[in-house]
This record gives sequence, C-alpha cells and structure tokens, in this order.
Amino acid sequence: MWPLISTRSAVGDALGGWPPPVLDPAGPYANPLATLSWVLFGGAGLVFLVVLAALWIALFGTAARKEKLGGTRAIWIGGVAFPVVVLSVLLVWGLSMTGSLTAPIRGDEMRVKVTGEMWWWRIAYLGADGGAVLHDANELHIPVGRPVVLELESADVIHNFWVPRLSGKLDMIPGRTNIMRIQADAPGVFGGQCAEYCGGPHALMGFVVVAHHSEDFARLMTARRANIRPPAPAHPDLARGAQLFGSAGCAACHRVAGTGANGAAGPDLSYVGSRQTLGAGILPNNRGTLMGWIGNSQAIKPGNRMPPYSMLSSDDLRALAVYLEAQR
Amino acid sequence: MNGAGCGSCHSAPGVWPEGEVGPSLDSFAQQTLIAGRLPNRADILADYVRNAPKYVPQSGMPAMPLTEEEARDVAAYLYTLGRR
Repeated sequence: MWPLISTRSAVGDALGGWPPPVLDPAGPYANPLATLSWVLFGGAGLVFLVVLAALWIALFGTAARKEKLGGTRAIWIGGVAFPVVVLSVLLVWGLSMTGSLTAPIRGDEMRVKVTGEMWWWRIAYLGADGGAVLHDANELHIPVGRPVVLELESADVIHNFWVPRLSGKLDMIPGRTNIMRIQADAPGVFGGQCAEYCGGPHALMGFVVVAHHSEDFARLMTARRANIRPPAPAHPDLARGAQLFGSAGCAACHRVAGTGANGAAGPDLSYVGSRQTLGAGILPNNRGTLMGWIGNSQAIKPGNRMPPYSMLSSDDLRALAVYLEAQR
Repeated sequence: MNGAGCGSCHSAPGVWPEGEVGPSLDSFAQQTLIAGRLPNRADILADYVRNAPKYVPQSGMPAMPLTEEEARDVAAYLYTLGRR
C-alpha cells in the first residue's frame, strides 16, 4: 500500500507533518506563497461571513433591510465593484510577488540542472559556462542564504519539481528548460516530490534538498570535484562488491565517479552511500534497504526501470551493499 | 519498522513497502523458528532484528540500525502478527 510511506522518507517530509510544509516556508522563494495562501484563506473566510450575514437578512431580516439587500445599489456594490476591485488587486499583487521567481539568470548565480526521469531525478551542477562539473541523483546539495538557479528539464514525460518549504511547483517539460530559484535560510533537509502525474510509481518519485553552511558546502563540492573520498571502512566484502558491480551488470546503467562504471541510464551512484534516502526519496538508506532494493526493487517501486536481481546470493547482495555504502 | 525500512525485504501488515527479498512476516507469531534455526523467543528475537549476522552469518539479513528499545518494540509488534 503506497500511502503508508515512512515518515523518514523525503516523500513523507514533503507532504506530511504539522504545520503542513507548504505553510511552513524556509526561504524567500517560498515565503510569498505562504503569505498569499494566508491572505486567500483570510479573505475567503471574510467573504463567507458576509454571505452568511446576507443570507440571514434575506431569511429573517426586517422588510426594510430585505429591500435594501435586494436593491440595485447592493448589486452594483457587492456584485460588481467589490469583486472587480478585490480580484484585480489580488492579481497584480500575486504577480508582483511571484515575478521574481522566474527572473533571467545572472552571471554569478549557482546553477544546477535537474532532469526529471521516470521516476527519479538526474542532477548536474553547472559551471559558469553552463557545462556540467559534477553529477548526482535524487539529492540536491545547496549552500544556505543564496539563491540557487535550477534549470528544469525532462527526459521523457512531464514531471514537476516541488520542494514545498523552498519553492512553488514548476513543470519539467520535454524539450524545454524552465528556470526556477530556491533558497534556504538555514541548514536543513527538505523533502521534495514530483507534483505532476508521470505514470506508474509517480507517487514514489521523491527527492531531498540538503542545505549546508557555505563553508561546508564549498568543502563538499571541492572534494567531490577532485574525487577525494572519505576513506572507506575496511570490510572483507568491499573488493568483491566492487568486482560484482561490474560483473553483475550494475555498471551498464550506473556510474561511480573515478571507476570504470560509467552507465548513464540510471541514477549516478558516486555518492549513494552518503544519501539520506534510497529509491528516489522513498526508503531510509542502510545496508538492509540497499540489499532489499538491489534484490527486488520491483516489489518496492513497481514499474521502475531496474530489474530484480534474483540471481544474486545473500553474500553477493551484502558485498554490493558494502561497496555502495562506501561510495560517499 | 517503517523508519528502518524493514519493508524493503519483508511484507508485514502496516509496513511499507511489501518487499519480496526475505520471508513474509504476516504470521510471524505462529512461527516456531527464527530464520529457520533459532527458537522464536522474545529475547532472541529482539536481539536478532538488530544483529542477525551474529546468529546466522550466512543470512541475507544484515545488522539493522535499531536501538535496543526500538528492537524490543519491533519484536513486540512481530508477536502481534498472526495471533487469533
């Protein structure tokens, strides 16, 4: 049953909890949406009360009041002037608040290309010239306190990028690049979710945005760009896992930076061991969930493009999990 | 169990997903043995769910990131499955 998603998953973080993430903004690009929502809730409540009062007068009011309510003046004011003024003001105000979300890219802004795939997210950090300098998947790292430009694309069908606490929603359309900005005011982990039905396990297409202090972020990016890895803890299965990654066929679809594994069809696994989630935001990341995913991801996320690996023994699964845990 | 991701390999009521790599736990309370070799006793089960390789080194089930207390809660939950 899909709705029973663990509260530790990105999908759970993106959609669940209290206050609802959409009304709990964590950055300047989400603030206007929360403000706009509260103004709409308040305004709608007010209008509702006025309508109830008018209804009360129509049913139980004195003859004089009823006549006033049904008169031409009341219709001109309540039926024409009020909606025209309120809706026009709301339109102008809403557009002025959200216009900054799609402003053109400035030269000095950090840029990341996020491509929606069925049913995961391909992430490429871009250099100043627009070329990719670092590849990852399903987890986006950003520095706090500055806007990050996202260039949203799709490899197949229409997806929609949504991190409720950092931004509104924006479609990812095949053949188009849509620009969106996000910014986090404080370090933290923010759940995201595909918000446009994209087939099969669409509901299981989540991701995570991790916001770091600027220095931590710079250190992470520098280390990854130079392919400097934290030393892997010694484990008897590590070498066999690395060998299996090639011989079992994993490398045909997955890439691990600095090794011969260079597959591009599936998510980049260069840093999979440090990710918060597995399966695109749906499972906690530990040895057990890694083994379960590799062994039979079809039982977990039906229809995803990775086949079950039922030919692998428990020793093989463990060795692969140990190897992937070390990719940090 | 949802927090640790037990469902990646096992199916059990109220647990997501419903994995098929390991055995179903749907009627675990009625089972006589854990992993086909250990007596199904509460103290063993609570330790086994945290550290399966200690008991059955060849088992596909790895050590899981559960505290002692969480492991006891998992065991308590497993003993509600399948009782009439």
